[in-house]
Amino acid sequence: MKKVIMGNHALSYGAMLARSQVIAAYPITPQTQVVELLSEMCADKTLDARFIKVESEHSAMAACIGASIAGARTFTATSSQGLALMHEMLHWASGGRLPVVMGDINRSMGPGWSIWTDQNDSLSQRDTGWMQYYCASNQEVVDTVIQAFKVSEQLAIPSMVVLDAFALSHTYEVVEIPDQGKVDAYLPPFKPQVRLTPDDPHAFGGLTSPEHYFELRYKLQKDMEKAPSLIEKTGREYEKLFGRYLGLVDDYLCEDAEIILVTSGTAGYTARGAVDDMRKSGIKAGNLRVKVFRPFPFEHIRRIVKNAKKVAVVDRNISYGHHGMFFQEVKSALYGYDNSLPVFGFIAGLGGRDIMPSSFREVVEIALAKDKPEEEIIWIGVKR
Amino acid sequence: MKKPRTMKLSLPEEELVGSGNLACQGCGATLAMRYVLKALGQRTVLCIPACCWSVIDGPFPYSCLGVPVFHCAFETAASTASGVKAGLEMVGDTETTVVAWGGDGGTFDIGIQALSGAAERDDDILYVCYDNEAYMNTGIQRSSATPYGAWTTTTPVKHFKNRPKKDIAAIMAAHRIPYIATGSVAYPEDVYKKAKKAKDTRGTRFLHIYAPCPTGWKSRPEDSIKLARMVVQNCVFPLYEIENGEKYTLNIKVKDKKPIDDYLKLQGRFRHLTPDQIQLMQEEVDRNWQRLLKKTETSG
Repeated sequence: MKKVIMGNHALSYGAMLARSQVIAAYPITPQTQVVELLSEMCADKTLDARFIKVESEHSAMAACIGASIAGARTFTATSSQGLALMHEMLHWASGGRLPVVMGDINRSMGPGWSIWTDQNDSLSQRDTGWMQYYCASNQEVVDTVIQAFKVSEQLAIPSMVVLDAFALSHTYEVVEIPDQGKVDAYLPPFKPQVRLTPDDPHAFGGLTSPEHYFELRYKLQKDMEKAPSLIEKTGREYEKLFGRYLGLVDDYLCEDAEIILVTSGTAGYTARGAVDDMRKSGIKAGNLRVKVFRPFPFEHIRRIVKNAKKVAVVDRNISYGHHGMFFQEVKSALYGYDNSLPVFGFIAGLGGRDIMPSSFREVVEIALAKDKPEEEIIWIGVKR
Repeated sequence: MKKPRTMKLSLPEEELVGSGNLACQGCGATLAMRYVLKALGQRTVLCIPACCWSVIDGPFPYSCLGVPVFHCAFETAASTASGVKAGLEMVGDTETTVVAWGGDGGTFDIGIQALSGAAERDDDILYVCYDNEAYMNTGIQRSSATPYGAWTTTTPVKHFKNRPKKDIAAIMAAHRIPYIATGSVAYPEDVYKKAKKAKDTRGTRFLHIYAPCPTGWKSRPEDSIKLARMVVQNCVFPLYEIENGEKYTLNIKVKDKKPIDDYLKLQGRFRHLTPDQIQLMQEEVDRNWQRLLKKTETSG
């Protein structure tokens, strides 16, 4: 069935089709429609779930953690300040090995108050032990939520499905709503190995001495390392059922490209259009949209940029005192493999300033004009 | 021939708190857990935030408790418990009692937002606060449950706590939850009875249990029960219940109300107080007691 829905509702449909059992959420612009629709679904029994209307995002994640350890499939959604408030609990979910799935609408951090998009909210959570998927279309949002539950539950690691504020959250697109029966076949009910129950009493998360803690974190990393191949495997399984592959990256015209743009989120689709235009005017550009940021697809990046002469990473985020965060990761992927490939770091679109096709043309022109980057950060569209 | 004498037990023999736990000598918090679990039984799960009990239970991979425990973040006892309850229901377990078990810091201070949220929603959880009147696990720092006059490491003698203890029962009563009760570890049958009643009540229930801490109060471990009895007899910590936020019932009707002096003398944390300051404390206790009496007389 095809429906014209907004990005936020795509998250709701994903959570519904995955048969989420407990949802705990708190409202924040621009996330509200996600939980409004889920509230209605719970109320009219389209979705058999308990919705806990908590008094903060911190409690939202705590309640999801409680429900998950009890053995229920859990979902929440938030944005920006709300995600920042959850920070402590993000560690608790991953450290507790609980496969909570959360939608995050990328919104800039205040002050000044901004409801518009950039990635600093979710990327500030990059070291919390959550998998992160950055989506570029509403179809991808629905599909990724379902896949994220499957991957999370197999690895006992939580997932964040990320979409841009307004550019995707409030944009209506045609979405093929997956068939419930097929989704059930793809994603069986959540059956954790251990859970909180008087039938088999255990203590979870107690005081852990240096004798044991290190190994728990080692295991978390080892399981995170299994994620890239599992995402591809489950992505192919998804493709068999629904005809859409869900991978780690989306590379477009990269094979013969002289310059490859590295992008993420909706800017990745804008870049695709810009690449088409540039190709028409004789510039051999390609676009590598990174979909999964954690775990970072090192091998894919290395393989795809192998034949390019230049790489231009466009970040809608910044690590103050350092670089854009995708730029950091791309360089670290190449280090020791191809140290001669010039990688240019651009920052654009902070606080929801539009990233236009012309922005990517500017990026490519700058990168093509120089042998190697002369500045640590090249700013696009900033008023100085 | 003499008739063989048998002892009539006032509490079940079943123990869900094991030996080998890490409590200090004379720990009231451990007794509180022991009596409450006797009432709740094995079909119970505990959510324990950062507090003495996150240590008493024993380090990974041990636990001294016969019921499952989820160690949760400091401010999340109530919200975690709400999630656990919803989760258990969704996997078909509607019977298990879900308990949030926090100290006074985790309840009166950092956890009060989550507690208020759960209470306003009337989530079906039992919240138990064992109150040792300061952050004891971190080394005796003042909380909003620390009484006026007390020394702690952050309220040194020269600058002792000059504000009264927060009235948590009144705050919870303002949420109109079905059941609130105070308890003291010197009255195990009373604690047992109230935990039983809480178990059989639906919605958010709140137990506030006075739990002496010899380490933090600079009292003798062997005086813990004595202090827990004196605090009821001098009406510093009266034993009462509140139903639906309105109906107050006094459980121990103190006839011969004792002055607080002897109670204070047994605790090093009050040693610095002058007679004038003690008089101020006595007046505060009297005022609170009269206020409570009025509520019990006019309600129900």
